[in-house]
Amino acid sequence: MNLGRYKRELAAAVAFLLLLIMVGISAPSFFSAENLRDLAVNNAPTLLIAIGMTLVILVGEIDISVGSQFAVCSVVAGELAKAGVPVGLLLPCLILIGAAMGAINGLLVGWLRLPSIIVTLAMLVAWRDALRWVTEGTWVQNLPANFQWFGLGQTVGQLLIVVIALIVLVSFSWALRNLGAGRAIYAVGSDSEAARLAGVEPQRVVFGVFVLMGALVGLAALLNAVRFSVVPSNAGLGLELKAVAAVVVGGAAITGGRGTLLGTLIGAALLGTIGTALTFAGINPFWEKAIQGAIILAALVSDVALDRLRISDFGLRSKELSR
Amino acid sequence: MTDAVLLQAINITKSYAGVQALKSALFELRAGEVHALIGENGAGKSTLIKIITGAVEPDSGEIKLSSSTITHNSPRVAKQLGIAAIYQQPALFPELTVAENIALGLEQTGMLGRVDWRERRRHSAELLAQVGARIDVERAAGELTMPEQQLVEIARSLGAKAKVLIMDEPTASLSEEDTQNLFRVIRNLRSAGVGIIYISHRLEELPVIADRVTVLRDGRTIDTRLMSEVNRQALIQLMVGRELSAVFPKKEVALGDVALELRQLGSSEAGIKDINLSVRAGEIVGLAGLVGAGRTELARTIFGLTQADQGEIVLRGKHVRIESPSQAIKHGLAYLPEDRRRHGVILDMQIGANVTLASLDRLSRYGVMDFKREKEIAADYIRRLGVKTPAIYVPVSTLSGGNQQKIALSRWLVTRPSVLILDEPTQGIDVGAKSEIHALMTELASEGVAILMISSELPEILGMSDRVAVMHGGTIAAILDRKDASQQKILALALGHDLNEVEAQAKAVR
Ligand SMILES: Nc1ncnc2c1ncn2[C@@H]1O[C@H](COP(=O)(O)OP(=O)(O)OP(=O)(O)O)[C@@H](O)[C@H]1O
Ligand SMILES: [Mg+2]
Repeated sequence: MNLGRYKRELAAAVAFLLLLIMVGISAPSFFSAENLRDLAVNNAPTLLIAIGMTLVILVGEIDISVGSQFAVCSVVAGELAKAGVPVGLLLPCLILIGAAMGAINGLLVGWLRLPSIIVTLAMLVAWRDALRWVTEGTWVQNLPANFQWFGLGQTVGQLLIVVIALIVLVSFSWALRNLGAGRAIYAVGSDSEAARLAGVEPQRVVFGVFVLMGALVGLAALLNAVRFSVVPSNAGLGLELKAVAAVVVGGAAITGGRGTLLGTLIGAALLGTIGTALTFAGINPFWEKAIQGAIILAALVSDVALDRLRISDFGLRSKELSR
Repeated sequence: MTDAVLLQAINITKSYAGVQALKSALFELRAGEVHALIGENGAGKSTLIKIITGAVEPDSGEIKLSSSTITHNSPRVAKQLGIAAIYQQPALFPELTVAENIALGLEQTGMLGRVDWRERRRHSAELLAQVGARIDVERAAGELTMPEQQLVEIARSLGAKAKVLIMDEPTASLSEEDTQNLFRVIRNLRSAGVGIIYISHRLEELPVIADRVTVLRDGRTIDTRLMSEVNRQALIQLMVGRELSAVFPKKEVALGDVALELRQLGSSEAGIKDINLSVRAGEIVGLAGLVGAGRTELARTIFGLTQADQGEIVLRGKHVRIESPSQAIKHGLAYLPEDRRRHGVILDMQIGANVTLASLDRLSRYGVMDFKREKEIAADYIRRLGVKTPAIYVPVSTLSGGNQQKIALSRWLVTRPSVLILDEPTQGIDVGAKSEIHALMTELASEGVAILMISSELPEILGMSDRVAVMHGGTIAAILDRKDASQQKILALALGHDLNEVEAQAKAVR
C-alpha cells in the first residue's frame, strides 16, 4: 500500500501530535487520567455525529440538520424515560426515531433529488422550531433516577459511552472498507452517473446514508442526555458545524468520494481537545473558536496544496486533463 | 506539405510515479502537413501532445515553434502561440450550451468584456456547419451524444484559427459520413498551411489523410516515415514490434436457445420504434447503422436507461420489465456504454474496485468483499487485455485513454452475463488489444453468451457477426445473414434504401 493515499489523514495526525507535544511540555497535567476521560466522554457524541457526517459527505451530500435532530432526540429520550420506558429499550427507540428523521432527509435528497444543503437547512429550522413550539422552551426535568448514566453509576456509564462510540467507529470503518455497500458509497460520491451505469443505485445509497446519519444522531443524543440530570431543549446548537469541521479536517473531500473514518477520528480529536488544551496551557479559551477556524482553513488550504503536490507528481496542471 | 518546420519536440522525457511515459521522444511537424502519431495504448501519444499544449510539464527536453524554444509553456501560452488541441477525453462543460462551449475557448474579451450573444450563436453555428454537423447551438453540451460532442470539439478547435492543430482520436466515435466531412475540413486546413497532428487507432484512415507518420513505442520514437512508403503491416510491425494476424478470430459456434428477444420494442423518449430482434445463446449479432439511427438508444432502452413505452423484452423465454441498470444486471444483462469516456470508469477509484463494481454481489458473501478474488480477477484481465499499468491499486485516472477503455470492458466481462451488449467495443483500442478483444468475444460466444455488438467499423461488423441488423430512422431496416452481408448492402440499408432494391442492384451489377 502506498502512504500517499493517506497523506491528508497524516497531515491531521501530525497537527494533533504537535498539539499534544505542546501541551505536554507546557502543562503535563493535561495527560491526567481524569482529564483524558472527561475529554473522551465529552467528545463521544460529537464523534458519532461526525461518523455519520463522513458517510454523508463521502456520497457528495451534506446534512446540516443534525443539530436540530439531536435536540429533538434528546427531548424525546427524556420524555420517553419519564413515561416509563425502560432504559434498556431507550437505545433501540432512539436509534429508530433518529433513523426515521434521517429517512425524511434521505427521501427528499435521494429519491426526489433535491439539493441536500437546502433540504437539511429547511429541516434544521423546522425541527428546531417545532421543538420550541412543543416544549415552549422548558427543559425536561424530574427524570427517573435510573436515567442518568443508565442507572449504572458514573464510572461505568462513562465507560459505556466511550466504548459504544469506539465500537461504532471501528465497525463503520470496517464496513466502509470491506462491504460492497462501502464501495458503493465511494463510487456514488466519485461519479454518480458512472456508478448508476455499473448497476449501483445512487438513490438507494444516498437514502441509506441519510438513514444511518439519523440513527447515529439518535444514538449520540441518548448517550449525551444520560450524562445530565435534566435534558435541555436547546441541545446540539452548532453541532452540524463541529461535525462537518471534523470530517473536513480529517481529510475528506467536501465534493465526495474521498475520505476515511480514521481521518474523521483524528479531526474530531484535534478540534475537540483544542479548547481544553488551551485552558491547560494557560491561554485564554476565548481563542478557541478562532484557532478552530484557523485549523479548518489550514486543512482546506493544505488540501489544495497537497493536490498540487499530486499534480506535480503526475505532471498535470489542471484536474480536467488528468482524466 | 512544405519543407518549413513548424514545430519540433526534442528529446522529451516524462515520467509519472512509477511509469516512464516518454523517453527522449522526438517529433517534427511541418507547415501544411498532416502528421499521424500512432502507437499502442499507453505508448505516450497523449502525454506528448499534452506536453506540446503545455498541459503537462516535461521532465526534460524542449518544444520549438518555428525554431524558437517555447519557455514556460502552459495551455494559455500555447493557445496564444496558435496551438489548438482536441483532447482524447471530452472536455466540454456539460451544463453550458454548445454555443457557450465553443465561445469559451475562442473569445478574447476579458473578464469584463461584453458578450455578444447573437454573434456568438451565429459564429458557433457557422463552425458546426463547416464540419457538417447539424446540432442546435442552444442545447446543453451534456445532453449531446458522444459523436455530437466530438463534432462540437472539432468545431471549437477550428474556430481557434491555429497554426498547429492537434487531434487526439477525433474519429473514435464518428460515423463514416462525419469522418469524411472531417477529412475534407482537414484537407482545407492543410492547404492553408496549418500543421496537423493526427492521432488514431484506425490504421485504415491513415493512407487517406496522413502525409507522414511517427510511431511511438514504450515512450520512444521508433520511426518517422512518409505515409506513401509504408503499408498497414509495416505500421503494425513498428508499433507492436511483432507480426499480428489480420484475420478476425471468428469461430462457428453451435447456437443455443433464444436468449434475448425484442418484440415490437419502442420508446418515444429514445426515438426508436417497432424493433423486432432476437439473439440466441452463442450468437453474435452486429448492429450497424449511421450515427443517429438509434443503435445506442436501443441498447440504452434494453438496459433500462431509457424507458420503453411499446412492445416487450423477453429474456430466456421470460417477459421482463427493466427500469434501471441494476435490474438489468440482475437479469443477466451487461452493457458497455457508448459514453464510457466520461462515465465508463470511476476515475478516482482503483483498477480492482472498478473492475468489480458491477459484480459486488457476486464477489461478496453477506456483503463482505472477497479482496483476494478481486485481485485475481483484476490481474487476470489486466494480463489478458494487456492493460499497461504499474500496479492494480493505482487509480484509473492514471491510465492512458485506451487502457481505461479496457478496464470499462473488463468490468462487464466480470459480471458473467448471459446477454452482453457492446457499444463500440474496440473504439480507442490499439490493434493488438483489438484482436484480443475479438478473441474474447468469440470465447464468450462459445461459452453460450448472446452478444449484441454495436459498431461503426464495418470490417468489425462483417468479421465478427453471425447476423447483422441494420438500423435506419429508429428501427431495424433489415437483418442479414453472415453469408449475405456485404459492405455495400449494409451501407445502402443504413442510408434508408429498400432491401429488395438493394438486392436487385446487386444482381444487376453481376
Ligand atoms: N496522470 C498520470 N499518472 C500516472 N501515469 C500516467 C498519467 N497519465 C499517463 N500516465 C501513463 O503514461 C503512459 C502513457 O500514457 P498516454 O496517455 O500518453 O498513452 P497514449 O499513447 O495516449 O495511449 P492511448 O492510445 O491509450 O490513448 C501510460 O503508461 C500511462 O499509464
Ligand atoms: Mg491517448
